[in-house]
Amino acid sequence: MRYFGGVDVGSTQTKAVVLDEDGKLVGRALLDMETSMVTIAQDAFRAALADAGLAESQVERIASTGYGRYNVSFGHEQVTEISCHARGAVALFPGTRTVIDIGGQDTKAIAVKPDGQVADFTMNDKCAAGTGRFLGAASYALEMSLSDLGPLAQQSRNPVRITTTCTVFAESEIISHLSKGILPEDVLMGVHQAITSRCVSLARRVGIHSEVTFTGGVSRNVAMVQLIEQAVGMKINVSPDAHFCGALGAALFAREHALSNAAAPVEAALA
Amino acid sequence: MNTETLERAPAPAAGEAEFNPIQEGQRLMKAWYANLEQAKARDQKVANVFVMGNAVEILRAFDFQLVFPEINSLQTGVRKKSEEYLRESEDYGYSPDVCSYVKADVGLILREQQHPAGQIPKADIAITSNMCSTFIKWGEIWERMLKMPTFTLDLPGQRGPNWQVRRGDAQHMADAQWVEAQFRHLITRCENITGRRFDFDKLAQVQDRVNRMVHHWNNVMALNRVCPAPYNAMLDGLTYIGIMNVYRGTEEGVEYMRRLEEQLRAKVARGEGRVAEERFRLLFSGTPCYVSMRRLVELFETWGGVFAYSDYLTFAAGGMDAGEMVYDTSRPLESLAEITALAAQRGLSNQFFAHERLAQQIKEYDVDGIVFHGIKSCRFVSSGMADTRNYLNQRLNMPSLYIESDLIDPRYWSDAQIKNRVDAFFESLHQRGGAAPGTPATTTTGGKA
Repeated sequence: MRYFGGVDVGSTQTKAVVLDEDGKLVGRALLDMETSMVTIAQDAFRAALADAGLAESQVERIASTGYGRYNVSFGHEQVTEISCHARGAVALFPGTRTVIDIGGQDTKAIAVKPDGQVADFTMNDKCAAGTGRFLGAASYALEMSLSDLGPLAQQSRNPVRITTTCTVFAESEIISHLSKGILPEDVLMGVHQAITSRCVSLARRVGIHSEVTFTGGVSRNVAMVQLIEQAVGMKINVSPDAHFCGALGAALFAREHALSNAAAPVEAALA
Repeated sequence: MNTETLERAPAPAAGEAEFNPIQEGQRLMKAWYANLEQAKARDQKVANVFVMGNAVEILRAFDFQLVFPEINSLQTGVRKKSEEYLRESEDYGYSPDVCSYVKADVGLILREQQHPAGQIPKADIAITSNMCSTFIKWGEIWERMLKMPTFTLDLPGQRGPNWQVRRGDAQHMADAQWVEAQFRHLITRCENITGRRFDFDKLAQVQDRVNRMVHHWNNVMALNRVCPAPYNAMLDGLTYIGIMNVYRGTEEGVEYMRRLEEQLRAKVARGEGRVAEERFRLLFSGTPCYVSMRRLVELFETWGGVFAYSDYLTFAAGGMDAGEMVYDTSRPLESLAEITALAAQRGLSNQFFAHERLAQQIKEYDVDGIVFHGIKSCRFVSSGMADTRNYLNQRLNMPSLYIESDLIDPRYWSDAQIKNRVDAFFESLHQRGGAAPGTPATTTTGGKA
């Protein structure tokens, strides 16, 4: 069996996956960001190998993605996360036509062709409003873990409106609401609604077409999934592996590259 | 632009191919700035003008030394000094949202006209117009801070769906008369400032030189329709357009454009392109980011992408890109008013018909994709880009990329984010071409052969 790797070095976390030659995900790992991108990429990839029960030498080709993709010294090729999320989302849900990806620092909306090619994309521009960092600010202000935010927000009955679009100012706005006695769940739901508004606005720019697939770390937040579904007016796809979508797409590019190169000599011989 | 002028132009002369348009352009710009410094010592009158909707031909006929505040501002960016000037104006009280060209100029005033390229003389008159709404407010800043007299041209813009002005129709003639009346007032003002009578023959001579420059300019634009493109519209083209504006109506300007056309014809004859391997031909829509343009072009050229054309090279070069836009030197003032009214209307109206204009240029330059550059401190030139993108994508299936930074404010340039978008754009172009994306190495394939 031949194996291929994908490493997604993001702003807050690094994800790595290993695929077999059939495209099946056989190993995965996720590590929080450290100072050294090279080290964390290696650690994440080795953890994914351990998860798959494989040795490094068994992996034929590795592609890297994310902002730190050029720091993956052991990678064979680099592909942007836009292409990787599109490819990964179509692999997880073949009917995908729109991808919404909310990561730690980037939010992107991608229009996808049936074959997984990127038709158009748009991203947040030099501002972390509408990204996972916005939730990070809420988590800090409320002294709660990220995983608790979504379930608590869903208990809200009277969400407040977060008016600032700036992640830094959002923190002071949250504290201001809390100091007025507003319930944490109502403040949190306001934060979730603000993020939804920003990311769905991005998606509308490229066009929202069924099926919509939600990827990135924030897709694990149940309140975000619920709000995006309400905003786009349809059920959206969320995979348990959505967090690994970029790394998966990278591994698929590595696999495609290796398999097409291997096929070439045969075709030449037949010709 | 039309191909007729390209076909009629003479063949390159032997020995002209050594002309280096970038070096010669830099030499001319340096000479122009040196000339500015000496204007007052020569007792020469000075006028501030903008690159669009000015009355350069009249001012040249009066021998005014011309100052282009927009070019001064963009030159602070090219020389990596803009942030100092911008911060100075912000410390003075200007908002970060204000046009960065204006703020760099305010910084220049606060530094007593000391520019990185030399001392800029204070003008005896400033010509503003409604071609950009900021021009008029900019003129008010000069009036207030420098006690500089201004003259504002009102250039009518007619807008409406499926309607564009045609030369010689009733509306155009009425507009031309309105513009001519303003020119006559301007002439009186200039006579009072210079103490000279206006010379119509001299105006005709200036116009003749402008006609010749425009003839070569249009051929230069048309030469980049060839594959591979002999120059990059957003790097080499920015040097060319600087000369087109600063030396407009001068013999040096005519000679530069003539030699440029010949040099490019020779390159085309040799099949020599701007890059070793031209894989993608692109169109750049919008205003450049002068502070990082070399870097931006590098990001595209790494992938074999060349900007074959930019609408900037039309609207910021006087707008005389159509064959009908030629001065009739037998009736100089009337003709100046007619062409000014026509060029101004097309310049203004093109903001509303950008999709039609771009659709035509996509075809003429046979481009694979279009890059829109939004300007943080100028929403005027950035408005409508999203609609135009959608139109070109849906009607022509034309891939496009939207990036955003600024004219000269380096604080709006985010290298990692822009590189990410550029790389993703080329990956999608490669996918269209059938090849798998990967590193922008020389082994990748796709795009134009």
